[in-house]
Amino acid sequence: MTTFTDPHKESFRLSMLIYDTRYRSMTIQVVAMFGFMLMAAWLINNTIQNLNALGKPIDFGFFSEPASYDINQRLIEYNSRDSHLRASFVGLLNTLMVAAMGCALATVLGVVIGVLRLSGNWLVARIMTVYVETFRNVPVLLWIVFFMAMLIETLPAPNAFRGENATASMWLGDSVAVTNRGLYVPEPLFSRSLGDVSFFGAFNISLDLIAIVAVLAGGLYVSHRIKVRADRVQEATGIRPTTWYQRLGVVAVPVIVLLAGLGFHLGFPALKGFNFQGGIYMRNSLLALWLALSLYTAAFIAEIVRAGILAISRGQTEAAAALGLRPNRIMNLVILPQALRVIIPPLISQYLNLTKNSSLAIAVGYMDITGTLGGITMNQTGRELECVLLLMLVYLTISLSISLVMNWYNERVKLVER
Amino acid sequence: MKKTVFLGALTVAGLAAGAAAAGTLDDVKARGKLNCGVTTGLVGFAAPDANGVWNGFDVGMCRAVAAAVFGDPAAVEFVPTTGKTRFTALASGEVDMLARNTTWTFSRDVDLKFEFVGVNYYDGQGFMVPKALGVSSAKELDGATVCIQTGTTTELNLADFFRANNISYEPVPIETNAEAQQQYLAGACDVYTTDASGLAATRASFEDPSAHVVLPEIISKEPLGPLVRHGDSEWGDVARWTLNALIAAEELGVTSANIDELAKGTNNPEINRLLGSEGNLGEMLGLSADWAVKAIKAGGNYGELFEKNIGENTPIGLARGLNAQWTDGGLLYSPPFR
Repeated sequence: MTTFTDPHKESFRLSMLIYDTRYRSMTIQVVAMFGFMLMAAWLINNTIQNLNALGKPIDFGFFSEPASYDINQRLIEYNSRDSHLRASFVGLLNTLMVAAMGCALATVLGVVIGVLRLSGNWLVARIMTVYVETFRNVPVLLWIVFFMAMLIETLPAPNAFRGENATASMWLGDSVAVTNRGLYVPEPLFSRSLGDVSFFGAFNISLDLIAIVAVLAGGLYVSHRIKVRADRVQEATGIRPTTWYQRLGVVAVPVIVLLAGLGFHLGFPALKGFNFQGGIYMRNSLLALWLALSLYTAAFIAEIVRAGILAISRGQTEAAAALGLRPNRIMNLVILPQALRVIIPPLISQYLNLTKNSSLAIAVGYMDITGTLGGITMNQTGRELECVLLLMLVYLTISLSISLVMNWYNERVKLVER
Repeated sequence: MKKTVFLGALTVAGLAAGAAAAGTLDDVKARGKLNCGVTTGLVGFAAPDANGVWNGFDVGMCRAVAAAVFGDPAAVEFVPTTGKTRFTALASGEVDMLARNTTWTFSRDVDLKFEFVGVNYYDGQGFMVPKALGVSSAKELDGATVCIQTGTTTELNLADFFRANNISYEPVPIETNAEAQQQYLAGACDVYTTDASGLAATRASFEDPSAHVVLPEIISKEPLGPLVRHGDSEWGDVARWTLNALIAAEELGVTSANIDELAKGTNNPEINRLLGSEGNLGEMLGLSADWAVKAIKAGGNYGELFEKNIGENTPIGLARGLNAQWTDGGLLYSPPFR
């Protein structure tokens, strides 16, 4: 027999924690929570005890000791006498660099390929389908290794540029050297440089770069103001004033004046000794990793873009066409702005994937943070647990930061609901 | 009922935490085979042949230990490790010993908590360059691109050498010897540096070995030896004395050809003690009396192993040099079997 009357408050018994449906779920959750915490505590305790038994208690002191190894690609000053901490930081910057380059290229390629896959042109659409299916269905590690092998085996070694009967020559009027060690392109140099400014005594940033970025940002802001004013004039009078030369002028002229003032010239790479010297050197490892990660992720982004576009009702295209818009304006003004709202959330996770996949860099000897902190430092100091924990923390931080920025962007572009 | 489940779970957790590591020798005996960490493939030292059978100088060390423990040189599971993964593999217990041309250093011994059981090859770091480069000394390598296996002592020596000589270089870190070979032969690096023995072995596998030279500079001391985990001295003793038995056998003139004869008893008490016809050295190690006989029969004594795998009559063609017996002016010197 069941009764439907509520029990009296005084009649609470301990067994009701299990048999009374009002309390049961809470009881189960509390028990499960305790179980989980016990499990975690046991794991941590076990680890600490075993490490102590092994004579290797957790200790981060090794970070201040000299790293003793060299890193080929360094965005900040570093030599083998610097600490493990600095070596890790060099690796972190390399990770961030390849991730940023990869996300940028993957987005451009992905959007273009995604749009082209919907093209009315049968051949173009099919070629893009083949691209997407090949790239996303082969593991990215294989692509990385494949690109590296292609670079190493097909391009000429620096030696081939040497001597009277050289078998290889530089491109674009002796300014770009393409070798199997990487790409050498001209570098910007300043004969009247402003020097560097030191940040916390840890790394230097060129004042020239800061000045150029500042002037460029200022120019872009003024250009934006001009556009806003033109919009207002157009709304008021219906006639849009011609502003392109003003907008180009306020961006370009100050930058050109600044560059001339700094004595801007290009430094060309030249074959000296064993290698090319001078110019910006993009190592084969960076190129292989960058291209492989970008092309692989672009295939996924293309599918996301395609899905986003297909999510916009066909009526929108037809309505826009009825208003007399041409196809590319329909895409830019009507379809893409709406599709972006569908595209952004899955795009975030592709950016995260690309960043995490960059940890495969060691396959081609690119010194990212997995190669420095999680590779050589871990190996030379024998502090596996400390290094791996830190490495996880670093990737977690990078990923959460990307999420944060992209979520903020998503908030801005998403449909305002009333 | 809930209570019993909970208590049961606690008991299981307690048991798992309390299960202390037993002695490695007992583990190995119970498993019936030895897990031995070797390189991913370095001809002469450790590489599988066409039939998938591992061969080489370091492999010989693994087989000798397996023979000493089980009497069967084939009771070995070879675990290929890279310069980066080897220490984790040993520390975690995935392998029982490492015989993987690993340099004995202070920090590996003391800080990384390993125990080197001896030196089976006295080596030093060298440089290999294509002959066409026309380089005759490592000091002429300013600005060169250098291929290097990551996670090795050579990486550190290289940084020190170039720094001390105040010349620049571009390191290209590489995971395995095979990848290094590919990059070096394609000209993606000018120089390949590793232990001189490894260079000789790598060069031997080239299509045209004579097009490459090993530079005269040896920039470091690299005593290579087998190692085991710290804190299990019994197992360390088994590995140490197996290595010593191979060295002592050569010194005493015991070879795989005459060992059956000598094992029956000789006039030399030291040979008798080594081969177990006198005394109980095997028992002290926790092995059978004829452990050394089996170890030596597995691949021969130290000299035989050397000549067969890396000696002057092999493609690798290494001279004994420092690795001769002390009686011949080398550094090999086994403590007495007494």
